[in-house]
Amino acid sequence: MPQFVLKRLGVMALTALVLTFVVFFLTNLGPNLEKLAKEQNNMRMTDEQVASWLEEEGYNRPLVVRYGEWLAGVFTGNLGESSRFGAPVASIVGERLWLTAKLMFWVMVVMVPSALLLGVLAGMREGTFTDRSLSTLAITTTATPEYVSGVIFSVIFASSIVGLRWMKASATSATDGITFENFALPVMTMAIYGMGYIARMTRASMAEVMTAQYIRTARLKGVSFPQIVVRHALRNALIAPFTVIMLQFPWLLTGVVIVETLFNYKGFGWLLVEAAANNDIQLLLSCSVVAVLVVLVTQLISDIGYVYLNPRIRVQ
Amino acid sequence: MEPLGWPAIFTQMFLQFTPVWLGLILIFFLSIRFKRNLSLYGKLMDSPIGMVGLGLVLFWILTALFAEQVALFDPLEQVSGMKNAKPGEFLAGSETQVYLLGGDNLARDVFSRMVYGSQTVLAIAPVATIFAFMAGITLGLPAGYYGGRMDTVLSFLANLVLAFPVILLFYLLVTPEMQDTPIPMTLAGVLFIFPVLFLVMLFYSRFKARPDVLWIYLAAVLVPGLYIYFGLAFGLVPLGPVELTPNLLNIFVSVVFVNSPTVFRIVRGLALDIKTRDYVAAAQTRGEGPWYIMLWEILPNVRGPLIVDFCLRLGYTTILLGTLGFFGLGVSPESSDWGMTINDGRRLLSIHPHPALPPALALISLVLGLNLLADGLREQSMKD
Repeated sequence: MPQFVLKRLGVMALTALVLTFVVFFLTNLGPNLEKLAKEQNNMRMTDEQVASWLEEEGYNRPLVVRYGEWLAGVFTGNLGESSRFGAPVASIVGERLWLTAKLMFWVMVVMVPSALLLGVLAGMREGTFTDRSLSTLAITTTATPEYVSGVIFSVIFASSIVGLRWMKASATSATDGITFENFALPVMTMAIYGMGYIARMTRASMAEVMTAQYIRTARLKGVSFPQIVVRHALRNALIAPFTVIMLQFPWLLTGVVIVETLFNYKGFGWLLVEAAANNDIQLLLSCSVVAVLVVLVTQLISDIGYVYLNPRIRVQ
Repeated sequence: MEPLGWPAIFTQMFLQFTPVWLGLILIFFLSIRFKRNLSLYGKLMDSPIGMVGLGLVLFWILTALFAEQVALFDPLEQVSGMKNAKPGEFLAGSETQVYLLGGDNLARDVFSRMVYGSQTVLAIAPVATIFAFMAGITLGLPAGYYGGRMDTVLSFLANLVLAFPVILLFYLLVTPEMQDTPIPMTLAGVLFIFPVLFLVMLFYSRFKARPDVLWIYLAAVLVPGLYIYFGLAFGLVPLGPVELTPNLLNIFVSVVFVNSPTVFRIVRGLALDIKTRDYVAAAQTRGEGPWYIMLWEILPNVRGPLIVDFCLRLGYTTILLGTLGFFGLGVSPESSDWGMTINDGRRLLSIHPHPALPPALALISLVLGLNLLADGLREQSMKD
């Protein structure tokens, strides 16, 4: 087991290194640097002026050298200065990440239990009417990306046309304090898109477990149906969805960006958009690194957790 | 003129879609009539879910084809006085011309834009998905079949791309600055060669013992294939209809790039499974080459899962294109692309919801159709 974890960690470190280099390369392309030079000085710089400014600031040195410098900065906690906010990147990212973490927490709280419930209810009696309708519901939610459901929910729950006005179509005030009114719509919008996928995985896994020999034995023994589902089937049926839930994080990042843009919640996704839109190279780099690391860490947890939960593949 | 009420609006819309309904009826009539001769597609007619899915998908395909007949206005036409018009409002001084679903904030017809929006999606998504499949298959088959070091390297590369959050990739790749660099063209040069490569290997492995037939097939692949390749990837074909604007090329490349590693993983897994079968061993004993075994023994036997995944991936690509449009990275600022229309419409959502809702519902119905179709196909192909 420790060997397995070490190997995974090694691959993860290598992946992180390559990916950060790719991001570094993509954010430090010629046109980006030219734009940066013009933004830092004035927009009417001649090509020669741009070139000499870049030379002075050290942007003309080999890419690998600059990447090495940046990487050394990362390890010492110096992520550089954001040109958009005029503040150290580390503190900005930290602050925004915390806001997004709160959003993610509530999304998970809403999404995971409802998805598991949906999947288990559909999968425990395969082929019945309940199964068919719940499965169709799950498919529908996976077909509804955040930018569509967000718009529809805003119209239904927050516009003067329908008149329900239960919630606010903007989550800006949630930065200071979360209430149902300002946070329900973003959470609901995000939870729904991811829910269908987890539910379908749970359903498939549950349906498979329910056909297993030991379930039949339990039935013949006379164990009641709810008992079979809760005590015998559930534990084995939830291994596969666990992996899927962990692997949802990279998906959720796209969702975060969309939802935070849509509801104007100034978290990590919003920061990413700001950085990209304003050509803030240092900030974009750090955001990318954080995003990539989140993905890699969740992959690692899902790998290890899968092995841990499933004795059959516990490493040879 | 009094604006139309909702029943009248729906009747009028129903009538506008007449060519689409006729096409649907014809296709379904023929499909059900000849379903015994149509293998997997014919069996789809026994699955209600699959039929609903197919119907939704065909509806949008036919709408894209007959867009000029279905739409009432040009998608870019701005009529004065129709800014944010309510659904069913007539044009000033006209008794026949009506904005069925109202006007957007630039006084364009929402209904016609929704109809034309289907063309953008259905022009890009299927081709991009096919390209992603070609790349995924051409690399995934040898990775699964040979295993070893090549598999390790390719899988590592695939995981690399998969670890990259999609939205980040889009923000880095689909930018105006990126168009000034050689990166999109390089990526296109690599990714777009796979379909040609795939077809060449397909025919070469089959007919290499018969040069007289082989060169006909190769010519049939290489001449149009390379023509399209150089046109799409490098814009080198001055005559052709095959050329992409820099922005479109960028979008196209990014979508293919994001999708192909997943296809690679699926194909690799399937190849790993199938290569232990007896018929593969038989082919090996017969002395067939590895590419013949991969393309003519393994590939036909994994078509079921691949077709299902193709439908799902098509839906995912549609969502991706919408995401791009939503962030203003879409095809062109004026295009009637659904994602973009939703983004334009959402700004005035609380006062005028009508410009944002139709493209939103259109997008859902197309993706839902594709997902249901995939579900129906999976169900039917498992019955064998």
